[in-house]
Amino acid sequence: MKKIFALVLALMLAMGACSAFAEDAIIIGISGPLTGPYAMYGLGVVHGAEIAIEEVNALGGIQFALTYEDDEGDPEKAVNAYNKMLDDGAALMASTVTSGACAAVAAEAYNDRVFMLTPSASSPTVTEDRDNVFQVCFTDPGQGAASAQYIVENKLASKVAVIYNNGLDYSTGIYQTFSEKAAELGLEIVSVTTFSSDDNADFSVQLTEAKNAGADLVFLPIYYTPASMILKQAKGMDFAPIFFGVDGMDGILSIEGFDTSLAEGVYLLTAFSADAADEKTQSFVKKYVDLYGEIPNQFAADAYDAIYALYEACNAAGVTAEIANEMDGFVPVCEMLIPIMTEITVEGITGTMSWQATGEVTKTPTAVIIENGAYVGAK
Amino acid sequence: MKRKYKLFIGNLITYLIVIAAFVICQSMIKNGEMSRSMRGQMVPICCYVVMAVSLNLTVGISGELSLGHAGFMSIGAFTGITASAWLLARFNIDDKIIRLLLSLVVGGAFAGFAGFLIGIPVLRLRGDYLAIVTLAFGEIIRNILNCLYVSLDGPSLNIAFNSADIPGKMLIKGPTGATGNPKLATFAVGFGLVLFTLFVVLNLKNSRAGRAIMAGRDNRIAAESMGISVTKYKMIAFVTSAVLAGMAGALYGANFSSFAASKFKFDTSILILVFVVLGGIGSIRGSVIAAIVLTLLPELLREFDDYRMLVYAVVLIVMMLLTNSPFVKSIVQRITGIFKKTEKEDGANV
Repeated sequence: MKKIFALVLALMLAMGACSAFAEDAIIIGISGPLTGPYAMYGLGVVHGAEIAIEEVNALGGIQFALTYEDDEGDPEKAVNAYNKMLDDGAALMASTVTSGACAAVAAEAYNDRVFMLTPSASSPTVTEDRDNVFQVCFTDPGQGAASAQYIVENKLASKVAVIYNNGLDYSTGIYQTFSEKAAELGLEIVSVTTFSSDDNADFSVQLTEAKNAGADLVFLPIYYTPASMILKQAKGMDFAPIFFGVDGMDGILSIEGFDTSLAEGVYLLTAFSADAADEKTQSFVKKYVDLYGEIPNQFAADAYDAIYALYEACNAAGVTAEIANEMDGFVPVCEMLIPIMTEITVEGITGTMSWQATGEVTKTPTAVIIENGAYVGAK
Repeated sequence: MKRKYKLFIGNLITYLIVIAAFVICQSMIKNGEMSRSMRGQMVPICCYVVMAVSLNLTVGISGELSLGHAGFMSIGAFTGITASAWLLARFNIDDKIIRLLLSLVVGGAFAGFAGFLIGIPVLRLRGDYLAIVTLAFGEIIRNILNCLYVSLDGPSLNIAFNSADIPGKMLIKGPTGATGNPKLATFAVGFGLVLFTLFVVLNLKNSRAGRAIMAGRDNRIAAESMGISVTKYKMIAFVTSAVLAGMAGALYGANFSSFAASKFKFDTSILILVFVVLGGIGSIRGSVIAAIVLTLLPELLREFDDYRMLVYAVVLIVMMLLTNSPFVKSIVQRITGIFKKTEKEDGANV
């Protein structure tokens, strides 16, 4: 017993000793789900940010350092993680990864005056009434409307079925604007079925209904885990419509044990496609594959762009490590960055981004299609 | 007389521990000695302490295993934030503390009412069956709240199910939960709620009703043959526990700008049950300490990065084993034995 206790104590001390940062760097905090069902998002964001920070630091100008914490996608834990990161000297936040957690943290950050640029929290409640919070990703309503528009403009289908998670704000938010836009554009929704986060193993009821209604496209504004089950079960019942997802579907190819041939021909509306020919994307994808052994998803790309956006903004506003590392240095940093954010334009790998004062990003969505186990830009 | 005196001392120690903890924390906050992450956890800790103590009333004192305690917490949280927004709009009550206290009362009342309704079928069951049914009710509450949309249109409240199509400012948006809530909760109010909970539970335990509840737990047939209506007394315990959980929920809701029904799922109920079991079923003081330790622990273990939850689980197992090991128990007995001896000597002198 004593030995174990001593071991644990020694381990604790060792861990505590290695959390010091370089004095001359601006510390950026990221909290996201690094464990649990949404871990792929949090890990993608952390990995993407790590690559970007390394590149930015190599440029020789402003130096960044990263501190990140696990929040399990839970608002309460996210607030704890946020406070912990401020204790560790973070001056800005490139977080939080998930929407619900981000809304809770954003309220705290608004009161404390901490600047936040979230890579992936897409709910409009995140930025609502807060001048210090900006997004890199599209908002949920934006994604729903853009999906409907894309389907109609490219004449992908005339009869659409929707399967969404009615226990998830992300999913319901996208569905609501999708159905509004579909009605406006004359796109017929023939079947709408739901499931909840606790009951996402069997989709035969939903798929049968979609099949019987004669749907030629199934819109899936859901996360990738249930989507993979849907694809598998649809194959099992010989139902082969076009499947159309949004950014939550991103990551489906990295699920362990998932037969990627099932995802052939699946469309996703996302701002990032890993096969884009431009130099920036290619170098990012190469680095990511070398370091982490998988193709980066949209979350990683958003985080990568978030770091570059922060870099541009810090340069434009004249934020230096001295200001950031003072006692409560996050307050002057925040006040300096807020007016600058609406003025800068960032050429990122998820498109050319500029920001509105509301915190929303302006960039063009693109659709990708899965071909031969890889994301390919759809024409 | 002697028994009463011992009880009084025992309760006094519990109160003193809580008050001392509050005074120490408060002075640390005043002097700026407490880290931000600790400061941020003060109110959630108060909520979990109240949850643990109130669950102990059901599990320990009334002897019924309840697995749906987080359900009452969620009712309190959602009705609490609705009440505080409505009070501001309707009666223009600007004072944050008054609004918070009133929302605690409303949260407690609604949770208590739900506890009463649920108690009618549930308390007809015993043992494992009761546990499963409370679990089911906890899930029902969560699923209902997941479809609930509430908006505030001027001074009037609009409520809808499964449709966001209601006018006014949205307070609760189905699965998104409640967002944009004002942060009303303070550590002082949280501490007040903990004291109130201790006062209610300890007094109930040592009252005539409390003895009837415990008699029903220990031997239902014997208690009934003495003319005690066991169901009635179990109901008293169950509803009191629900009211307190609702108040904890309302405090929790007033502390976070955003929370959703998915927070209050089965896992949370189990977490609170873990507090109760670790602290010792029936021991109020144990529940308080276990809730504080186990809420802080995952945060203190952040140094372990990826292994955090693994270490947490190991620590939990070790703690459970230690609190039950005869060796540790004998040490504790020896320490308490010293006190008992001096007590006896005091008695001899008199």
